[in-house]
Parts: sequence; structure tokens; C-alpha cells
Amino acid sequence: MEGSTIIFYLLALLTVVSGILAVTATNILRAAISLLFALIGIAGIYFWLDYQFIAAVQIVVYVGGIVVLIIFSIFLTQSAGEKMPSQKLGRTVFSALAAFCGFALVLIQLFQHNFPISKDLTLTPKVADIGTQMLGVKEEGYALPFELVSMLLLAALIGCIVIAMRSKPQTT
Amino acid sequence: MQPGLYHILIISAALFFIGVFGFFTRRNLITMLMSIELILNSVNLNFIAFNKYVWPHKMDGLFFSLFVIAIAAAEAAVAIAIIINLYRSHQSIDVEDAGEMKY
Amino acid sequence: MMNPVYIALIPLLPLAGFLMLGLFGRKFFKETSGIIATLLLLTAFGLSVYVAYDYFTHANGGVYPKTIAFQYTWLRFTDTLSIDMGALIDPISVMMLLVVTFVSLMVHIYSLAYVKGEERFATYYAYLMLFTFSMLGLVLSSNLFQIYIFWELVGLSSFLLIGFYYNKPSAVAACKKAFIVTRFADLGFLIGILILSFYSGTLDFATLINTLTTPESAAMKNAVTASFLGVSAISWGMALVFIGGAGKSAMFPLHIWLPDAMEGPTPVSALIHAATMVVAGVFLVARLFPVFALTTPAVLEIVGWVGAFSAIFAAMIACTQTDIKRVLAYSTMSQIGFMLFALGVSKYGGENGLGFTASMFHLFTHAMFKALLFLGAGAVIHYVHSNEMKDMGGLRKLLPITHITFLIACLAIAGVPPFAGFFSKEEILLAAFNGNKTIYYVALLTSGLTAFYMFRLYFNIFWSKEPATQHDKHHGEGGFAMMMPLVLLAIGAAAAGFIPFGNFVSSDGAKLESHFHLAFSAAPVLIGLSGILLAFVMYKKQSNKATNLANSLGGIYKTVYHKFYIDELYLFITKKILFNLIGRPAAWFDKNVVDGLVNATGNATTMISAKIKGMQSGRVQQYAAYFFAGVFGLVLIFLYIWK
Repeated sequence: MEGSTIIFYLLALLTVVSGILAVTATNILRAAISLLFALIGIAGIYFWLDYQFIAAVQIVVYVGGIVVLIIFSIFLTQSAGEKMPSQKLGRTVFSALAAFCGFALVLIQLFQHNFPISKDLTLTPKVADIGTQMLGVKEEGYALPFELVSMLLLAALIGCIVIAMRSKPQTT
Repeated sequence: MQPGLYHILIISAALFFIGVFGFFTRRNLITMLMSIELILNSVNLNFIAFNKYVWPHKMDGLFFSLFVIAIAAAEAAVAIAIIINLYRSHQSIDVEDAGEMKY
Repeated sequence: MMNPVYIALIPLLPLAGFLMLGLFGRKFFKETSGIIATLLLLTAFGLSVYVAYDYFTHANGGVYPKTIAFQYTWLRFTDTLSIDMGALIDPISVMMLLVVTFVSLMVHIYSLAYVKGEERFATYYAYLMLFTFSMLGLVLSSNLFQIYIFWELVGLSSFLLIGFYYNKPSAVAACKKAFIVTRFADLGFLIGILILSFYSGTLDFATLINTLTTPESAAMKNAVTASFLGVSAISWGMALVFIGGAGKSAMFPLHIWLPDAMEGPTPVSALIHAATMVVAGVFLVARLFPVFALTTPAVLEIVGWVGAFSAIFAAMIACTQTDIKRVLAYSTMSQIGFMLFALGVSKYGGENGLGFTASMFHLFTHAMFKALLFLGAGAVIHYVHSNEMKDMGGLRKLLPITHITFLIACLAIAGVPPFAGFFSKEEILLAAFNGNKTIYYVALLTSGLTAFYMFRLYFNIFWSKEPATQHDKHHGEGGFAMMMPLVLLAIGAAAAGFIPFGNFVSSDGAKLESHFHLAFSAAPVLIGLSGILLAFVMYKKQSNKATNLANSLGGIYKTVYHKFYIDELYLFITKKILFNLIGRPAAWFDKNVVDGLVNATGNATTMISAKIKGMQSGRVQQYAAYFFAGVFGLVLIFLYIWK
């Protein structure tokens, strides 16, 4: 048993267990923190795969941005303290069944398929290459999606401000 | 044995369906958002795994994941804004209380 | 051959009048519609006289040709089978042109005074012109289907005119009855037309008659051999056509509508139900006479018996009725029976065709004196404001002109020489004597009854009681417009008998010499005079003789008074049998099964939609569940079922 194998299984365990906790915790803050750990676990898997750049992005954006935003909103909507009401049992069973069926289907398909796994597994992209290709305009350049995403972020920014804006109080 | 493509794919599938289960089961809007984030992350994991094991000399999966992260961020922000707006009018973020769009 | 435009104008002038008065009469022509209508009809009458003069003075070697004035193909089915609109000129159609336009003109003039002050004055004249147009179209028809079209139009005009006073429920019931009974008979007519056109391959009269009377033609052989229930197809066809004619001519048992049709205004009764429309059936048999006489003599015999039976049936009922218009209605039915049995006993060609000539002659004279009788009755009703005999009596001094003309008409219908009815009836009786002795004796008896009930009517109106005070000092007898037609028609009733009708109209077109047998005509004249004498004794002075006779006859009198309960029988059949056994189940089926099916579809849709409605519950997680289920299902389908 190699070290990397153990680390992988630990990371996998962290991710999956945190994920399950995130969807079943009754205290909302506990759920949020479990989500945080799940995301960290995924970042760990990225590190284990030698994709450091995306791991870093994951931690910076997802963990440091989105989860923090979620915790903000929890406090803003003042539901931090009390326990959340739970769902009807029938609903829970049905959802579990649906999820389980889906999972089974995917697994069956997965094991029946032969993926053409490449021999050269040590090749990892360099950050400089990522950068040049991101802003490249030639074939396989992602300049256009980059610009589009930036515009999307702008739109999201403005949209959030408009939606969450408190309307002016009526002058009596 | 050495963990390979299949192991990561199993993990991502598991995460995906955990997220689906959470989306169906949770009553709170914010926890539904958290389930959605889980789903998105499982997809990201899928893309990176394929990029690493099947197409190691290309970077398409990586870029896709990058963009998915960016878009997920934007979407989460907008979703939070909507939740806050809903909280202002309904004084609650229970999804059962927001059922005005029925027939 | 004269200009076909003149012939075309004769029916088209009344049509133009109908359109003009019907569309614009109420607004623009309120006062003047009567004058306009009369003038149009005067022109049409003048044209008819001109056409008749031209036709009858251009005999082709003693035979009057059947000519087609004009013909337009309207609907073509095959090379030979087509529905055309055209005019066929032959002796009977020219004679009918004269009769229809003359009587219609008299009625138009008479109505100027009779219907004056009526709110729907223009509509009345519009309907009258529609009727005149339809009747003229009917007599000029060159095509069997064209005659059917005008047949229905005439029925429609009759419906409109009978129900003219639509606020009276009895008038409404009467016009519905007339239309339904004649329509029912026209079903037979239509089937007959289909049979005839199928076997002869054509609808044109001339060709049809030709095909169906030459025994060598293939069509004829076909028609005679094909049979249904033992009767040949051509006999069925002719019998069904006759049924249509019998309905329109109010023969037993389709006569029930004619007495009720008296609900219409009296000039309408004069025009339609005495002189013109009701003879349409006789005209139809006369038109198809060669086929009746040469190919299906059995059907012709049936025609004869139906006519004879209707004649005596109606004469019996007329003896008991108290409404003067009803008496005249039954009298009409009886006289039409005369015309039909005269056709029934006739044969085709030469001397044997006397019945044909006699029937047409009687049609001509009957139009004169029956219209005169009705218009006279109208004058009496106009004065007394009632239809019942008990409200009249002793009117001879108060209505002198009406009295004299009415007397002339009664004498004419009773068959007293030298008035018109004597000549035409004598010819009919001669033809019956030569053709069928039984019918001759029935006819003789009926002539006696005719004289009796007509003079019963006459004495009850003009003698019987001494006049009390005059009803309205200023009312008087009705103006010039009412009296002039009476006088003109009286002249016709008196003089028409002297026309040598055989010179003009006969079964095969050749001139027919009519002989005068003094000894033979003595019998009917004597019987007529004895009928008059009986009526004189019973009714000239008011007495109990009539009521005593009625009481002594007891049950028989009651049955005849109630018109042999035929109306009740029809009502029973329609209500108990048709409505209950056919109508009610059909209605139940329609309401519950057919409607139920449609309603069930609607209800099912609503229920399903209510269930489906629940899918839009406003709950996001439910939507996500459906979404997931859909995707899952599709994935399964694409993976395992659809490779």
C-alpha cells in the first residue's frame, strides 16, 4: 500500500462524508461547515492529481468566496440559531431511492465502458501554458469564453445589487 | 491497487447523487443552494479526472472546470440575492412558504 | 315562333315585383305597393294573352306543337341527364298561363280594397307576386326537376300566405300543417322523379315522355321488367309522382291541410287554394299524361278512383259545414276530384282522349267560378266580420252586386246551362260514361250533392233571415276595387262555357270535336235542379227542417260533420305512434347517448386537466423531481431500448 493511495482514500472519505453531512445536518451552520470541508476535500483531490492551479482556484473561489457568502446569507436571514424543520419521511425515502437508482445506473454504465486511458500520466499542465492558452486567440484559445465570463460576472454583479436593493420607503 | 480514473469517477458520481438527494430533501433555500454547489463540484471533478487520465496533453477539461467555477460563483451570488429578497417579503426562507406560483 | 323574351317576361315580371316589394316595400312603397303589383301583373296578363293568341292561331296542320321557348342547362349529370331551366310551350301550359295571370290579376285588384290599412301591405303583395312567379314557373317548366323546384316554391308561398296573420295561433298551426303535409307528399314526388329519371336517363319532359312511351326503347323495357314487390318500376315511379300531385291537390287522404288553409286572407284562398295551386297536381298528371295512359294504365285507374272518392267524400262533408270558407274549401276538393277522375278515365289520342280535354276545360271554368265564389265570400265576410253562416242571412238587398255574381257562380258550379260549369261537367260525365260506368254514377251523385250544398250556402247567406238593421251605414258593399273583379269573373263564369275547348287542348295536340248530346246532358241537369230545389225548400226560409233532418240522421250526421274524424286519426297516428314509438326513443338516444358522449368527452377532459393541474404546485423540489425522473427515463430509453 503506497502513501499516495492512503492519502487518496483519506481525501475521498473526507469529501464523501462531509458531503453527506452537508445534506443531512439539522443545524444550518453545521451544514455550511461540512460543505466547506467537502470543498476542501475536493481541492485536496485536485492536489493529489497534480493539478495545483485548479486546486488553488477551487480554494480561493469556492471555499473562500462562495462558502463565506453562504454563511453571510445565513446570518442575514437570521436562521443561524434554531434547528431546521425536517422533511416528511416519504419524501426522504423517495429521494434516497431516486438518488440510489441513479447512482446504480451510472455505476453500471461506468463499469461496462472501456475508457482509453493514456499511458503518459505524468504530464501535467504548466501554469504558463494555462495562461497563454487562456488568453490565446488562435486555435484552442479561450479568449472568447474568458471575455464572456467576465461579462457574465458583470451582469451577475449588477443583477445582485438590483435584486437585493432595498426599495425606497414611501414618503407619507 | 493504484487509484485510477474509475475511483475518481465513482467519487464524483457519489457526490452528484448526494447533491441530488440533498436538493430533493432539504426545506431551506440556502441548504438547497449548498446541494447545488455539491453537484457542480462533482462535475468539475469529472472533467479534471478525464483531462488527467484520458487527455493528459490537452487542457480542455481544466478550462471547462475553470469556467464552471466562475459561473458557479456568479450563480451563487445571484441566488443569495434572490433569497434575501424573498426573505424580505415572506419573512422565511422555507421553500414550502414560497409556493405562490401554483395553479 | 315568337320572341322567347315575351315568354320569359311573364314569370319574371312578378319575380321582379317580389324582389322590389320584398326588399324595399316596407320603407319606400308602403302605399303604392298594391298599384305597382297590379300594374306588373296587368302587363304579365297582357303578355299571356298575346302568347296565347300567337300560339293558338299558328296550328301546325291541326296539331299544336310542343315547343321549347328557351332552355339553359343548369346542372349537368351526364350527356342526357341534366337539370335545365326552360320554358315548354304547349296547349296546357298556355292555357294555365292565361288562367294564372287572370285570376292573380283579379286577386291583386281585389286585395287593394280587402287588405287596405294592413300594416304589412307591401309584404302581402310581395308574397302574392312570389306565388304568381312560382306558379307561372311551374306551368312553364320544361324539365321534371324544374317543376319540382317551382313546386316547392309554390308550397313556400302558400305557407307564407296562409300564415300571413302570424299572431293568430290557428293560422300558424294551419300553415305548418299545409307545409308539412305537402312536403310529406313531395317526398313521394322526389322518389318518383328519381325513378323516372333513372330509367329514362333524362329529366327533360319531351325526351322523358318519348322514351317512356315507345315500347321498343331499351329504357322502357328496363323500366317495365324491373320490379319491386310485384309492381314494375315504372308503375312505382308514376304512382309516387302522383302521390306528390295528390298532396298538393288535396286528395284523400292528404286533404287535411286544405280546410285549415282557409285561415289565410280570403283573396289568398281564392288565388291559391281554389284556382291555381291546388290544380298543380292535376297539371302534373296532365303533363305526364302520355306516360300514364300508354305505359301505366293501372296507375291511371288508381288516379281515377282517388279522384272519384275524394269528390264524393268532400261533397258529403261540405253539406254539413257552417263556416262558409270551409264549405268552399271542400267544394274545391270535390271539383279537383272531378278533374282527376276525368283524367283517370281518359285514354290517349283522338276521341278517346275526351277525358283529358274535359279535365282541362273544367280546370279553366272552375278557376273562374271558384275564384268568384271565394272573392264573393270575402266581400260577405268583409261586411259581416264573421265566417259563420249563422251570422249571415238576408244579405241580398244589402250586397246586390255580390249577390248576383255569387248566384251566377253557384249556378255555374251546379251545372245549370248556359253557364260554364254545365259544359265542362257535361264533357266530364260523357268521358266517365264512356270510360268507367261506376265512376259515372258516383260523379252523377256528386253533382247532385254539389248543387245541394252550394245552394244551401247561397240561401243561408242571402235569404234565410230577414235583414235586421244595416251593420254600418257607411260601410256599404265594398268599393270599386272589390266589385270589378267579381263582375269580370262572373262574365268569365257565364261565357267561358262557349269556348270550343277541344279545338285548343287535347291529349295529343290535335283538334278534338266536342259533341253535344241533349239526352245525355238531361240527367245531370235534372239532378242539379233537384238539388237546388231541395236546398230551396230547406233553407230559403229559416225553419227547423234542416235541424230535424240532421237529428234524424244522428250518428251519421255527426261523423260527417266531424269530417269523418280523419284529422283525429292523423293526430292519433302522429302523437301515439310516431312521437311515442319513434320520436321519444330517438330523442332519448340523442339526449343521453349522443349528447352524453359529447358531454362525457368534455367532462373527461376537465377531470384529466384537474388532475394534471396538480403538477404545477409551485414547489420547486417537485419540479426538480419530475425533471430528474424525465432525464432518468430518457437515459434508460436511449441506453437499452433505442440503440
